Amino acid sequence: MKQIDANRLEARMNSRVRNNNIWKVIFFLSTLVGLVVLAILLIRVLMQGIGWLDWNFLTAKLSSNPDRAGIMGALLGTSWTMLVVIPVTIIIGIGSAIYLELYAKKGWFQNFIQTNISNLAGVPSIVYGLLGLTVFSRFLGLGNAVLAGGLTLSLLVLPILIVSAQEALRAVPQHLSEAAYGMGATKWQTIRTVILPAALPSILTGTILALSRAIGETAPLTVLGIPAFLLPFPNGLLDTFTALPMQIYYWTLDASLVAEYANLAAATIIVLLLLLFILNSIAIFIRNKFQQRY
Amino acid sequence: MLRKGCHNKMATNGDLNKKNAVDIGEMIARNKQKKSFSNYFEKAIPTILFIIAIISVLTTIGIVLTLITEAVEFFKRVPIWDFFTGTILKPLSQNPEFGVLPLINGTIMSTIIAMLVAGPIGLMSAIYLSEYASDKVRRVLKPLLEVLAGIPTIVYGFFAFTFVTPLIRSIFPGVDATNILSPGLVMGVMIIPMIASLSEDAMTSVPNAMREGSLAMGATKLETTIKVVIPAALSGIIASFVLGISRAIGETMIVTIASGSSKNFTFDITQSMQTMTAYIVEVSGGDAPAGSTIYYSLYAVALTLFVFTLIMNLLARYVSRKFREEY
Repeated sequence: MKQIDANRLEARMNSRVRNNNIWKVIFFLSTLVGLVVLAILLIRVLMQGIGWLDWNFLTAKLSSNPDRAGIMGALLGTSWTMLVVIPVTIIIGIGSAIYLELYAKKGWFQNFIQTNISNLAGVPSIVYGLLGLTVFSRFLGLGNAVLAGGLTLSLLVLPILIVSAQEALRAVPQHLSEAAYGMGATKWQTIRTVILPAALPSILTGTILALSRAIGETAPLTVLGIPAFLLPFPNGLLDTFTALPMQIYYWTLDASLVAEYANLAAATIIVLLLLLFILNSIAIFIRNKFQQRY
Repeated sequence: MLRKGCHNKMATNGDLNKKNAVDIGEMIARNKQKKSFSNYFEKAIPTILFIIAIISVLTTIGIVLTLITEAVEFFKRVPIWDFFTGTILKPLSQNPEFGVLPLINGTIMSTIIAMLVAGPIGLMSAIYLSEYASDKVRRVLKPLLEVLAGIPTIVYGFFAFTFVTPLIRSIFPGVDATNILSPGLVMGVMIIPMIASLSEDAMTSVPNAMREGSLAMGATKLETTIKVVIPAALSGIIASFVLGISRAIGETMIVTIASGSSKNFTFDITQSMQTMTAYIVEVSGGDAPAGSTIYYSLYAVALTLFVFTLIMNLLARYVSRKFREEY
């Protein structure tokens, strides 16, 4: 009497192994799907826009004539908004992180703020736009000035920065701060001279990533009513402005009227992506170069 | 300041000049006096930081308050029941109608399409990265996938409108020039890295002992993954899906550009539909005068959107906490 049918066993084993191999290929291919789309997107944008990208395009004023149109205004607008976003997010973001990690007593209140921050991170950006429209544009009367846009974007990226700064502070080993206390340093002295410097590379990396999110964000700006066609360059925080993503948005929308606008949008996308690429490279460089492992 | 004091003291101790020698108690008192300013500062710091940290709470309060007060104004003019059950949205006509269902329908349709792309592909990418890929391959593939997540949504919108839609239309000529299918698909691609990386985190945190136990019993890698790793990581995987849905609901620029602004109440994905987010862009970017009913409708729609995403985010938190398997 046979207990095991060798043939059936082998057939079954073979089919199980085959299944495993087939699915391995399927899993690998699905990983590639995203990357293939990414490649198509980049190639497509490059092919469409690279011919339009020249010095004149970067430095000229906006124009309804595609051959003469430039994005200097959008570049300046984006720079001015960043001048608002950088100090505001750094001060509020790092301050909040220090409070939550190092000062707040563990308890319901800290929990409450923490939950609140993670919920804020999930609020759609367009809702921040409405907050900006109501509070900054209408209530404070800033209209569609750089300051209104910058503050709105700051609020939007704050949760990202707070969370990453908190992680950076948490990663500083306890024995460093204990050594500082042991030398007689006060709490603030310890934070200022020991914990913050040790956490700085990670915090900077987080800040740059938050900034690159702010640079590419469009939805809240559309709500603020940034004008589609703006000739004068912004010269201060209270000037009306446009930004790179807004320029892409308007040119894409108008591509059905003038076909060349699609190419201008593609060229602007190249500039925007290059900017983000540079920022992210800096972030990675800082992380690799200055981050210490304890 | 403290360090400086110590240093001086040691220097004078060198020649043991008795005139300069100080009583320890005196020195401490002197030091305390010297530090009184920095003492105040030291005490003020927690308060200053607390006020800064409160800003995030104020942001939440600001969002909720603005949405609710303006939405209440809207519901004074349009009955809340009509708003949530109305299937016709004609804000600009002579007899305006404000039914939010077309927008909710558009949002749900685009989310379903996006999740049909991002769910399976994201999960399978996570399985490959966490269970099959060698360290070397993972170190190349993961950052590349994350590039997808870093691309601004406006770029995806451009891509959907100028590439994906014409592509779909060349294969299926019946599709409208603006339709919900194309932005849905592109949105799905955008969400892949989010689901892949969150699910992968959940799966990598399943202890190796469980995998090895299963493999030692003769299970293949596929069987181990499906019967051991995925069940153990299920809470994290579900949470990643829910967060993906929340992201799709709140996504704005892709649908605004590629899905047009017709407020159809239809289930035909080849047609143009408007999502809640796209409506907000259209109305606020246009010229809705402050104080008009259409202006207040912005806030009613935004409040609905906010509640949708809030529920999703809370659900994701709940799932990942409640059903987490502890090892």
